[in-house]
Amino acid sequence: MSNNRRAFLKFGLAGAAVIAGLNQLLKVSPHEFNERLTRSLLGARREAKVYPRDRARTPRANGSAGLEEEFDPKDWALKIEAPDVSSRSISIEEVKSLPRVEMTTELMCVEGWSEIVHWTGTPLSNIAPPQAPEYVSLTTPDEVYYVGLDRESALHPQTLLAWEMNGAPLTSEHGAPLRLVIPVKYGIKSIKRIGSIRFTAERPSDYWAERGYDWYSGL
Amino acid sequence: MTQTSTTPKHPLAIRWFHWLNFPILSLMIWSGMIIYWANDAYFQFPEWFYEKAHLSFRLAEGMSYHFMLMWLFAVNGILYVSYTLISGEWRELIPGRDALSQAFQVVLHDLGIRKEPLPPAKFNAAQQIAYTGVVLMGLGSLLSGLAIYRPIQLSFLTALFGGYSNARFIHFLLTIGYVGFFGMHIVQVIRAGWANFQAMVTGHE
Repeated sequence: MSNNRRAFLKFGLAGAAVIAGLNQLLKVSPHEFNERLTRSLLGARREAKVYPRDRARTPRANGSAGLEEEFDPKDWALKIEAPDVSSRSISIEEVKSLPRVEMTTELMCVEGWSEIVHWTGTPLSNIAPPQAPEYVSLTTPDEVYYVGLDRESALHPQTLLAWEMNGAPLTSEHGAPLRLVIPVKYGIKSIKRIGSIRFTAERPSDYWAERGYDWYSGL
Repeated sequence: MTQTSTTPKHPLAIRWFHWLNFPILSLMIWSGMIIYWANDAYFQFPEWFYEKAHLSFRLAEGMSYHFMLMWLFAVNGILYVSYTLISGEWRELIPGRDALSQAFQVVLHDLGIRKEPLPPAKFNAAQQIAYTGVVLMGLGSLLSGLAIYRPIQLSFLTALFGGYSNARFIHFLLTIGYVGFFGMHIVQVIRAGWANFQAMVTGHE
């Protein structure tokens, strides 16, 4: 066999091996590896850029999971659970009496679009227990939609429990009476109509992570 | 094919980097298209194209593939550039001072307007510009990709590309650029003939 033939044969075999290897690799989810790496290198240490208020626009109301149940905001109360303390419920007035923060940040959707929005709320850290465990789980009152957050992102100063969008009370489709706004994550983590918040040592389940998206979804 | 070809042309490492990059970049473009489908803001491919190519409603998969293969794309590219620097191969690849006017002569030659043969060199000026340019595009894809992957934690990069939306647009444009490069590359490889192609497989011309 000529040297050329041998070289082409090797090329064919190596090529087949490469294709088979890539095919196997694509069956593996990269999310956990990427999360471990980027959490240790970058985490959620930086703050999202803030914009002048007049740049704010109304974002699309993507996602109605967890919002479909008949719902009377008057009956609403936020349930808060943490290890070693009995769970408590607080009213929307109590939430609004917490230190008020306004910010104009870019909402980035996992679909690839983004919109600058002005939010009014209070940092989630204001309702966190002093020694918060590693994770936070938030669910809608009907428990149809739920997100899991790592502690660092949940307690990030720009992670808000928000009740106003662009200066007006939240509409139902944007998550009235209280929603999460977490600029350091894709919009899928900014859960609308929060029913309960649970501080937990176990990694919580997450609606979109169960559908193949990155659990961490950090930006 | 019977002639014994013994003139060495492409080192083994370069051939590996080249042929690994081909499937990796193809899969990056494919998974990128799946992601792009979810917000096809710059150019709307026809619906039948998305459907025939099975690009619709697979955003989670597309992101998963893209964020796996990006490591291979980056590592392969970094190894390639390091190899050309260490081996001295870069001298053949970096365009010289007169590259633009020489490249113009190459274009005239390839179009059959200029009749005299081109000066002998491993890569002509047009090739040098194309091969160096496509590596710079790769760097641009890597950096603009990081800028939209972690736009807040790597905000200096995102700002460098003019913000999140702009970075995404540049990332898309570079992809269109690869498709253009690929088309021209195939045409030129066919024109250059078998011995030239063989050299990228066997190393010898």
